[in-house]
Amino acid sequence: MKPAPFTYYDPHTLDEALGLLAVHGDAAKILAGGQSLVPLLNMRLAAPDVIVDINRLPDLDFVTTDNGLRVGALARQAMVERDAAVRDVAPLVTEAIAWVGHRQIRNRGTLVGSLAHADPAAEMPLVFLALDGELHLRRTSGSRRVSAGDFFVHIMTTALDPEEIATEASLPPVPPGSGSAFLEVARRHGDFAVAAIAVVVTIEAGRIRRARVALGGVGPTPLRATRAEERLVDEEPTNELFVEAALAASHDCEPVTDIHGTAEYRRELVRTMVYRGLGRAVVRARTGAAG
Amino acid sequence: MTTRWFGDRVPRNEDQRLLTGQGRFVDDISPSNALHAAVLRSPVGHARLLRIDTAAARALPGVEAVWTAEDLGDALRPSPLVVPHDSLTHGRTQYPLATDSVEYVGQPIAFVVAADRYVAEDACDLIEVEYEALPAVVDLEAAVAPDAPLVHPDVPENVAAHLVQSVGNVEEAFRRADHVIEERLVLERGAGQPMECRAVTALFDPVEEVLTVYDTTQAPLSIRNGLAVLLGLSENQVRVVAPDVGGGFGVKIMMFYAEEVLVPLAAVRLGRPVKWTEDRREHLIASNHERGQIHWASLAATNEGVILGVSDRFLHDTGAYTPYGIIVPIITATQLPGPYRVPNYHSDATVVYTNKVPVTPYRGAGRPHACFVMERLMDRLADRLDIDRVEIRRRNFIQPHEFPWDVGLTFQDGRPTRYDSGNYPEGLDRLLEALDYEGFRREQAEARLAGRRLGIGIAAYVEGTGIGPYEGAHVRIDGTAKRVVVSTCVGTQGQGHETAFAQIVADELGVEPSEVRITTGDSRAMNWGSGTYASRSAVVTGNAIGAAARVVRQKAQSVASGLFEASPDDIELEWGRVGVKGSPQHSLSLWDVAVVANPIRYAYGDQASEAMQLMKTRDGAALESGEAPGLEAREYFAPDRATWASGAHGAIVEVDADTGSPVILRYVAVHDCGRVINPTIVEGQIHGGVAQGIGGSFYERLVFDEEAQPLSSTFMDYLIPTSMEVPDIETVHVETPSTLNPLGIKGAGEAGVIPVAAVMASALEDALSEYDVRVNQMPLSPSDIRDLIRLGTDVIGSQPG
Amino acid sequence: MTEIRCIQVAINEQPQTAEVPTRMLLSDFLRYTVGLTGTHVGCEHGVCGCCTVLLNGDAVRSCLLFAVQADGAEVTTVESLTREGSLHPLQAAFRQEHALQCGFCTAGFLMTLIPFLRENPRPSASEIREAVSGNLCRCTGYVNIIRAVQSYVALSRNSP
Repeated sequence: MKPAPFTYYDPHTLDEALGLLAVHGDAAKILAGGQSLVPLLNMRLAAPDVIVDINRLPDLDFVTTDNGLRVGALARQAMVERDAAVRDVAPLVTEAIAWVGHRQIRNRGTLVGSLAHADPAAEMPLVFLALDGELHLRRTSGSRRVSAGDFFVHIMTTALDPEEIATEASLPPVPPGSGSAFLEVARRHGDFAVAAIAVVVTIEAGRIRRARVALGGVGPTPLRATRAEERLVDEEPTNELFVEAALAASHDCEPVTDIHGTAEYRRELVRTMVYRGLGRAVVRARTGAAG
Repeated sequence: MTTRWFGDRVPRNEDQRLLTGQGRFVDDISPSNALHAAVLRSPVGHARLLRIDTAAARALPGVEAVWTAEDLGDALRPSPLVVPHDSLTHGRTQYPLATDSVEYVGQPIAFVVAADRYVAEDACDLIEVEYEALPAVVDLEAAVAPDAPLVHPDVPENVAAHLVQSVGNVEEAFRRADHVIEERLVLERGAGQPMECRAVTALFDPVEEVLTVYDTTQAPLSIRNGLAVLLGLSENQVRVVAPDVGGGFGVKIMMFYAEEVLVPLAAVRLGRPVKWTEDRREHLIASNHERGQIHWASLAATNEGVILGVSDRFLHDTGAYTPYGIIVPIITATQLPGPYRVPNYHSDATVVYTNKVPVTPYRGAGRPHACFVMERLMDRLADRLDIDRVEIRRRNFIQPHEFPWDVGLTFQDGRPTRYDSGNYPEGLDRLLEALDYEGFRREQAEARLAGRRLGIGIAAYVEGTGIGPYEGAHVRIDGTAKRVVVSTCVGTQGQGHETAFAQIVADELGVEPSEVRITTGDSRAMNWGSGTYASRSAVVTGNAIGAAARVVRQKAQSVASGLFEASPDDIELEWGRVGVKGSPQHSLSLWDVAVVANPIRYAYGDQASEAMQLMKTRDGAALESGEAPGLEAREYFAPDRATWASGAHGAIVEVDADTGSPVILRYVAVHDCGRVINPTIVEGQIHGGVAQGIGGSFYERLVFDEEAQPLSSTFMDYLIPTSMEVPDIETVHVETPSTLNPLGIKGAGEAGVIPVAAVMASALEDALSEYDVRVNQMPLSPSDIRDLIRLGTDVIGSQPG
Repeated sequence: MTEIRCIQVAINEQPQTAEVPTRMLLSDFLRYTVGLTGTHVGCEHGVCGCCTVLLNGDAVRSCLLFAVQADGAEVTTVESLTREGSLHPLQAAFRQEHALQCGFCTAGFLMTLIPFLRENPRPSASEIREAVSGNLCRCTGYVNIIRAVQSYVALSRNSP
């Protein structure tokens, strides 16, 4: 299980890296944390001609929390996990990131890399979808921002063009009165989700003013459960409402059967976890507790 | 014999090197100038090979050889069928490289030797193979259907063997039964998956004409003997060493895996060392699997819950070949009655070929299947009669005074299945005490009120261990190095042989275990024997070592009796000294006695010189006829038949009924392996076995699609439990000594895994009793458990809470 | 043709200069080029944790890094733990509690635990279980590994 040959570049500036991608396009793969890419290379399920290792690029290993959350392309997941300020501005990120692989993986894997890899059962894409996150993409000729909703296109396929690098991912500040929850069922601790959910609710004057329900592992990308969200908005948070919203969410996904669970099971999990997650998120919104 | 060390929790001799990164595993051995091999494996489950083109691979810089079957010459022979059996009428073994068809994904097709593994894999990618797809045989029941496609065209109905065994008159027993339980029970494919994959490194010395093979095998002598025949060398010209081996669990014993032939052959032919280390994907798809049986079992009983008879028909998935005969189904068939009185028993096993990797023993070797079937039947009988699941077992246990107990069958070693000793009721009592069975029922009821579903499961088992034919040991006192040197050839894969064996020797010779150096797994150290498997090393090799050490002790007594002019019976060996009882001034160190025992006329080193002063000149020859110099002995131990270990396990499991996720809250293992040499080591064996059983209950499943493609070919899909899934495991020892060997020991290596699936099935049913869940299959994922809950919900017409 | 790069790495505080093919995995570099075979390889796809080493002090999977990526970095392997032949207290606890059987996965556990215990010197049993959950062991069922860490923690608590 050894990688096929490739040409290796480790550019020391972003411009140099973007120039390489402009030249090699599809033939190149960006190597950041490598925790998803290198297994694929070792198994020769991916055999790119060119590897552009961006680990030596300067100034991309930042995590800032001044106005929402900004995470640079080389910020390791463990760095985000340990950052106490992240817990304050984006508690859902802190709650979910502990579910990403294991410590050795998070020490090396990057948050932005996880988004760019776009595994539909991965935690970070789900969370960035739930929190209206954005990806900052750069190419030699300029830059653009893509919302998480537009970024995830299909299984491990994103809006990222071959000549672009995702240099940063950001989250807007969470409105006051918000609470969130992340739930996941995985076969073993640290595995990709059989199904996972992230919910964010904002409560004003006893009613849910804003709701985000995102689902992972139950479709080709992380999904927004829009019918569930619509059901929740402007309602008083009651147990009956959560039951209905959870049922709606279970119809808002397209799970498939694989060796880890049937489609029907995944749909049930969505229902169970959205129900439980809403209860948790509302309590957190009301008490102002973390999450 | 004093018993200072036997039974003691001695820390292990092998740990220092293993903890510091100084262990020597096969892949750690890189002879200079070594070439690296890779294997091209079939990507399809069943196909005719139409064309193989290796030209591009051969042309790749760095490639030294690319072989297909036709390049193998005399080495192109099917592997030997290691354990033939009369019932195995259609045994098939494979060629090192596929000839004109492939029968499973992973089967070796071509062998590449190159400058390094990277280039060797590049070359594999350049080999072109044209396949003509053949229909694949995957499902066991479909395999024996009348119009099923055939794995081997000359094996009708895909049946390799049909094995029938009977005791008493089952039909008559079922006729007079008050109750008959019938179940279809399934255990799916799983595999041992040691953390170290397989590896072979070979080097040929053209001057001495000696081939040295480092191999992760559990049976180096068997490989040595087989290789000698295959390569036309004498046994002395082949040395096979299994150094530190990173776990075995059965999968590393086979005669031969293709690479065990190809790598040595390449080393001889190319005149350079050749190294091959299996990667995990290869291990998952191409190293042997196990489990995989479907049973239709029935049990006849009286109104009082007394078993009248058991009848079991089963299909056993052997994969595409039968390299290890039908050992696994034989063990299933013969161990199924377990610790119970089963006066009438009928077993009908059909061994079925499928287009999957071959099945050979994995820890438990047919026993987890048997235990699952019998214990499920016992639980069903209890439920039918509304008797507690504990009580039903008590009513049917073989009692302590009934040993030896003859089951009436023929075991895997061809000897009668006759339990030598045991105390099954005590084992169960100790289990219930540790679990606080009654207290748990209260806790369970309280938890239920709080919305939590807890369940308890128990299961009992027996295990035939320590089978023959024999093992040997050579024990020698190295006076100069001041250590006892013990040579055996059985391989070691983490069982602590260097410590447990040393404890046996230390007691005989009055030294410390740390002064005993055990060599394992080197064919040059011991010329006769078979290997480490079937929970036999401690029993068979342990007793051989004990016997050899006793002879050495007698020699030391005899030499010392001459020096001190005392009767040999008055000479004792204690704390490294040999002396006259009660007369400390008349003693010598054991090391000096060893020097003196060699009547040579000069000495090596100062201390030896001093010892030589003690030698008395004797008249005549230095050695009498029949006398040997030094303190050494070689002895063998050949048991009459298997000695039967036993145990009872129990667990408390919580199930989240909405997600189907189980959490094991407690696990208790009561174990009886006769006299325990080192409780810490035995407990470790139990822990590991239980963890593998937990894997086989909830996580580990080798899945194939309808074209026989393995779907669990990475560690992302074949799920080995982590520290978060395995709970703390509590162990309790019961010791009923074996009556079949001088040390009174029984095997312990496989026991831990045997009852786990049965325990978990029972606990799940208990936890989910309100849904009337019936567990007839293992492993179960949370998704599967949800399926069962839905099934039960429909039956009782309520919604999950 | 395979590209070769010259790299400089401090391995167990010893500076090393070596030429490596750019596709060579760090695990292979340590084992075959440097000859430090204490780091083992169990799956080469980042699941089993046998190959765990420290990269600039953090536990990482050496099978998911290329040797060339370690250029300029510090790599720490199991061989660094023993000073003058005496076991590191964590290693001693592993021996005392029988936390290893075949010993193949052991280096990975130790190298995962060293930085974990530095960061969290008083972990609970469940924190220990979480910390080693990225390391597979097939022999011990983890029972004695957890006990060994607990016993190490208890001992270090008693010492100043």
